[in-house]
This record gives sequence, C-alpha cells and structure tokens, in this order.
Amino acid sequence: MTAEILARAQFAFTAAVHYLYPPLSIGLGVVLVLMEGLWLKTGNPLFHNMARFWTRIFALTFAIGVATGIVMEFEFGTNWSTYSRFVGDIFGSALAAEGIFAFFLESGFLALLLFGWNKVGPKLHFFATCMVAFGAHFSAVWIVVANSWMQTPAGFHLETIIDGKPVVLPPDHVVTPADLTSVRAVVDDFWVMVFNPSSMERLTHVILGAWMAGAFLVVSISAFYLLRNRHRDFARTSLKVGLAFATVATVLQMLSADATAKGVVNNQPIKLAAMEGVYETREATPMTLFGYVDQKDERVVGPKIPGLLSLLAFNSLTRPVTGLRDLPPSDFLTMRHPGISAEEIPQIRKSYWPNVAAVFQFYHIMIIAGVAMLALVVAGCFFWWRGWLFDTSRPLTRWLLGAFVLSVLGPQIANQAGWFTAEMGRQPWIVYELLKTSEGVSKVVTANQIVASLVLFGLVYALLFVMFLFLLTRKIQHGPESAEESEEMPDSWKALIRTTPRT
Amino acid sequence: MSFLDLNIVWYILVGVLFTGYAMLDGFDLGVGALHLFVRKDEHRRLLLNSIGPVWDGNEVWLVTGGGALFAAFPEAYATVFSGFYLPFMLLLCSLIFRAVAIEFRSKEHWTWWRQFWDVAFSTGSLVSSLLIGVAMGNIVRGIPLDADHEFAGTFFGLLNPYALLMGITTVLLFAMHGAIYLAMKTDGELLAIVTRWIPRLIGLFLASYFLFNMYTLIEVPWVLETVRARPYVFFLVAANVLIVLNIPREIHRGREFYAFLSSCTAMGLMMATFGLTYFPNMVLSNPDPANSLTIWNAASTQKTLGIMLVIALIGVPLVLSYTACIYWVFRGKTTLTKHSY
Repeated sequence: MTAEILARAQFAFTAAVHYLYPPLSIGLGVVLVLMEGLWLKTGNPLFHNMARFWTRIFALTFAIGVATGIVMEFEFGTNWSTYSRFVGDIFGSALAAEGIFAFFLESGFLALLLFGWNKVGPKLHFFATCMVAFGAHFSAVWIVVANSWMQTPAGFHLETIIDGKPVVLPPDHVVTPADLTSVRAVVDDFWVMVFNPSSMERLTHVILGAWMAGAFLVVSISAFYLLRNRHRDFARTSLKVGLAFATVATVLQMLSADATAKGVVNNQPIKLAAMEGVYETREATPMTLFGYVDQKDERVVGPKIPGLLSLLAFNSLTRPVTGLRDLPPSDFLTMRHPGISAEEIPQIRKSYWPNVAAVFQFYHIMIIAGVAMLALVVAGCFFWWRGWLFDTSRPLTRWLLGAFVLSVLGPQIANQAGWFTAEMGRQPWIVYELLKTSEGVSKVVTANQIVASLVLFGLVYALLFVMFLFLLTRKIQHGPESAEESEEMPDSWKALIRTTPRT
Repeated sequence: MSFLDLNIVWYILVGVLFTGYAMLDGFDLGVGALHLFVRKDEHRRLLLNSIGPVWDGNEVWLVTGGGALFAAFPEAYATVFSGFYLPFMLLLCSLIFRAVAIEFRSKEHWTWWRQFWDVAFSTGSLVSSLLIGVAMGNIVRGIPLDADHEFAGTFFGLLNPYALLMGITTVLLFAMHGAIYLAMKTDGELLAIVTRWIPRLIGLFLASYFLFNMYTLIEVPWVLETVRARPYVFFLVAANVLIVLNIPREIHRGREFYAFLSSCTAMGLMMATFGLTYFPNMVLSNPDPANSLTIWNAASTQKTLGIMLVIALIGVPLVLSYTACIYWVFRGKTTLTKHSY
C-alpha cells in the first residue's frame, strides 16, 4: 500500500472514531440546557436529577472527544504537511479561531458544570451549562467552515514566490506537483472564505445531526428504563424531553438535508452524480432508492422512481441531472490537460471520479437511517398523543420502546455515513478542483511510519471504545440518583425546590 | 520594517501561547509524573482532583498554540509536525492515555482497575513531558532541513543525547512545578509528603538545568555567538536561577501561592531566554543554516497575520478573564466529594 492510501486510512479512522463523541457533546449540551432550564423554571427536583444524570454521561463523552480531537489537529501537520503549507494561510486561521473562541469556552465552563454544583449558585451554574453548550456549537462552526472551504473554496487566490517576491497567479492556474514547493492559496477576503458557498448549509446539517445524536441517546436510555420498569418518573420525563427534541431535530434535518443536497447539485455535480449513481445524462432523471453499483458496466441495479431526482434537484419534472459520463465537462479536462485528443477524454475523465460505489452506498445508508428515524419520531409522537407511550402493558408500545432503545445507533450511522459521503465524494481532490489528495501528503513520512502509527491508534482507540461502552453501560445500569443527592445540596439550591412543583 | 511588525508580533504570541501551555499543563503533567510516589488511594484521588477541573482547559493551550502556529507560520508547523512524525504520534497516544485515565480511574473500586489507570496516568504524563522536552531540544539544537524546508533527518537522529537531556530537564521542571502546585492544593499528611519532595526536585532540576546549559555551549555553537551579541540574555538566565532559589524560601514561609508564581515566572524566563536567543528563527537548520525557517519565510501573508491579530485581540482577553475566574472558583485546598474523580 502507498503512503497516500495509508495516510487517508489513518485520517479516516481517527476522524471516524473522534466523530462518535463531539455530536453527542453538542446534542447532550442542548439537553443539559433544557433540563437545567426546566429545573430552574419549575423547581421540580426530577429535572435536577435528570440534569445531574445526563451531566455524568456528558462528561464521559466530552473527555474522549477532547483526547481524540487533539489527534485531528496534529494530523494536518504530521500526515498532510504539503496540504498544510498550501492552505495554511486560510485553513489555519479557522483552526486557531476554533481553539481561542470555542475550546477555551467549552473546557473552562465545563469545570463549573462538572465540579461547580457546590461551589457556585444555581443561576451561575446554569450560565456555565449554557456556555459549554454554546462552545460546543461554536467549535462545530469553525471546523465545518474549514471543511466546507475544502469542498467549495472561495475568497482566496493562488500565489507563488519568484525571486523572494509574491506573484499573484491567474484564477485558472493549474497546480502541478512541481508547483508545490512555492505555490500556495492565500486569503483575499476572510468573510467570503467563512461564508463560502457550502458552509452554512453544511453547518446546519452537521449541527442538526449532532442534536439528533444527543436526543436519540436520551430517548434510547429512557425507553430502556421504561421497558425494564425502572426509574419510571425519571424515564417518563426524560423520554418526553428527548422525544420532543428528537422530533424537532429530525424534522428540521429533513429540510436541511434537502437544502444541502441542492447545494451539492450546484457546487459539486460530480459528487451528486456519484451519490445518486447517475452515469447517463437524461431527461426526467430517475432516483434509485437502493441498489448495487456495477462500476464496470457503469450502471446501477435497483428500484428507481422516474423523474424524482430531477424534481428534488431542480424542482422540475424534466430537467436532466448531469451524469458522470459528462463530468467533469470536456473544457475542464482540456484546460487541465492541454493537447489531449477527443479519444483520450473518456479515460482521463474517469480519473476525476470518486469511488462511485462507495459514495453511492454511504449516501444511501444515511438516507435510509434518516427516513427510519423520521418514521420513529412520527410513531412516537402519535403514541404520545394517543396516551399510549408510557403504557408498557401494550405490546405495540413495547415494540416501539424496543425500537427506541436501538434508535441511538440511527444518528451515529447517519453521521458517519454522511461524512464518508462528503469526504469520499470530494476525491480525488483534497481541496476541490484545486489540489489533489495525492499531492497533499507529507513527503518525508514513509509508509512504514504510518503503518506503525495506524497500529498504535488502532490499539489505543479499540481499548478506549471498549472502556467507553463499558462505563456507559455501568452508568446506565446505575441510573439516576434521587433522594439522597438533594440532601447534600447546598442551601442556595435547596431553596429552589418547591414542595408543590409548578406544572 | 513598519511600526507594527506582524511577524514579530506573532513570534511573540505563539511563544506566549506555548509558555501558557508550559505553565498550566506543566503542573498537571508534573502531578501525573509524581502520581505513583504516593501510595494511599485517598492521596492519589486528591492528586487527581487537584487538577480535575482544570487539566483539559490547560491542554487547550497546546491545541490553540498548535492552531496559531499553523495559521501564522504554516511552513514551520508543516515541517516540524511531519519531521517529528513518530515522536508526535507517541506524544498523542500518551496524552490520550493520561486524559482518559483521569476520567476512568475512580469510576470503579477494583484495585486492579485503579492500578492500571494509575500507571497509565503516570506513564502518560511522564512520556508526554519527556517528548515535549525532546522536541524542544531538537528545535534548539537545529534539525537537518533540505532546500525545500523538508525535514531530512531520521527518527533516531531526533533521540540524540542533547535532546534527551532537554527531555529529562523538562520532566524535572514539570515535576517541580507540579509539586509546588500540590503544596497549594493539599494539607495535612499529604502536604507533609509533598513538602519533602520540593527541595529535592528543585535540586535535581537545577543540576539538570546547569548541565543542559553547559551542554548547549558545547553542542550548539551559535548560542554562544548570539549570547555575545545579545548579552542581556545572560541576565535572564541569572534571574531564572534566582527565582527558582526563591521557591524553597516561599515554601518555608508557608506562602505556597508565591512559590507557584515563582515557578511560573521561571518558566516564563526560560521561554523568554529561548525566544530572544533564537530570534528570528522558527526552525533552525543544522548543519545547513541557509535552509532555516524564519519568521519571514515561514509566515502566512500580512493579511492573514492581521486577521489573526484581530481574532487574538478579541479572544485572548476573554480566555484570560474566564480562566482566572475558574481558577478563583476552585481556589483553596482540594477536598473529596461525591462528584470527585
């Protein structure tokens, strides 16, 4: 295996493991704000116990999120140093802003959130909880902005150094391997870079995915307690908060998903064609619901709905979605490969395609998971409305709660599959239509070194993941604490408990 | 050179961020290195909880320092991080191990569980401090760079005796700093134990620091020339020794906070000594100094440095103010409660 493939595998692996945790922190952060806010508003001690319980789960996910996150920041330099030299002027400022604005906020106030119950008053504690949640969202902003710039670069120009002086290169300059020691992308307009064509849609999509991760974790654990007939009061209230939050997040996510996909249609048509498995450009482009991609014969086998893709992409029944056989367009290819003949074009074109089968499947896994979660929240709300949701003597309710227990996997699967779609769909580029992934790797790092670090991370992360699951299970088994905790509560907190809680 | 030279400003700011990291994460890494020297479970928990609320905020200084280096001097970031590939991978694994050890250790009561995470925490802290020192030592000594500023050395070349001595000096510095921090945070029996460590650690550190400085004069000839040209550097070294010697005096008087401040000042002086001697280099090339990365050829554009300065001017005062608030809330001796580690 080449160093490039190994470096990609390592980045994919460490990012995928890392991405199990921050969405939970972001989603649970909102849950904590909701629960502590409800506690301050109603004085119902149940909300206090809930806030305490979910804080303990939050602490566990947060610690691993931080530890695995440092790895990501280092890897840009260790494994992608040519990329770092090329984009440092732009990409670095987003990362630094993330550190200064988001991480400090998050980690500082986390100290108060976790250890401040007896040190500060309830209002200040609630403020700290809000700041932790805000910091978690803010960190998503900067990293998604940075990633979106790699998908849809904007607000920059290329420059090279000639005789020690920077020289601006024309916008159509084709970066070649020989350029890499001298050419770099430099910022023209910071705000155009931040609000690049895809950043806001993708940010919304990522944050809603994180909310779903947090919400469905709450739904899952609450449903588990209800099925086991444990902590019933706690579980009922938790399920209500969790389900309401999950419903809002899932419905909004459907709207955001549509906007994100329409963005891909405009910004990265090759990625869209790969996601949907469209090889041929034809009117009323059909949409494949699921299926198998035959990359050799360039066709997709599976049930199709005629015209649906045209409808979703362009709100038109007939307008064709451009297929891979016409992408990238011939003028782009002749610009990058001056002097190629018409016969060579189809072969060279294929080298600009991502791995269509993988992108298609990851994308469809995400869609299927999303639709399943939508179905679950609709069913949950229906049961809630009919008053069946907590009636565990009903077999249907038991089925639904069982599905809820498993639903924690839904957002995780969708989030992972979504990122694999986004990143693999961008290939062969590391910065879209600007720098190839193969050109971004560190020149001085050998394949053997990456094998060593990959094995190291494999072992450490496997151990971490097992420990995380083990401790999470123990915490769930242990459950929330009730009476005895309120006793050691300081007076400033006790004053908030009302004997007859407001409803 | 204009009135406000952004490259120099960022040389200082990156230095400030890494100094902040050394002062803050330095003490919790030091507490980790000393962790196995106390035996009782209660004492070990007190050690963990003394750094419990603050350690991950401290680690953010490394993340932000790395981010600032990436943004302001991408060439230096790319060269050092890819050149130090394996040591940095080991550093990352050590940092991960100690982070989760703090989180996991007290979650279960089984002896084997706690012992495992105790060892993980302590080894992780030790190895992290050592590797940070080794990286620093190599930067001081200079690393082989080619004409494209790519690292041209080997992994074992990075483990040269000079860098290793710097690694050991760093371990001792952090351990001394951590013990002084513990003197502020503990009392009773544990405080008596910690107070006994401090003079020994100061002695060990000063001996190692002396050896390192002597070795520097032999191994790194450019330092001698620079110090001749910039004699004020000598005063910083002298001030550093004096301030370290002030630590036992403060401890003796029971003024642990002033001892800790002295220790922080010592770290600041050491970084200032390094910064003033090293200027204007970012990564010195040894043996071919012509290939060195400086604050000019490693930097981002003036525009990005300006944008980053705005970000820093907004962000740093905020960070400092709430970091100070949090240290204030958690001031005083550490006690164990239900929510402790």
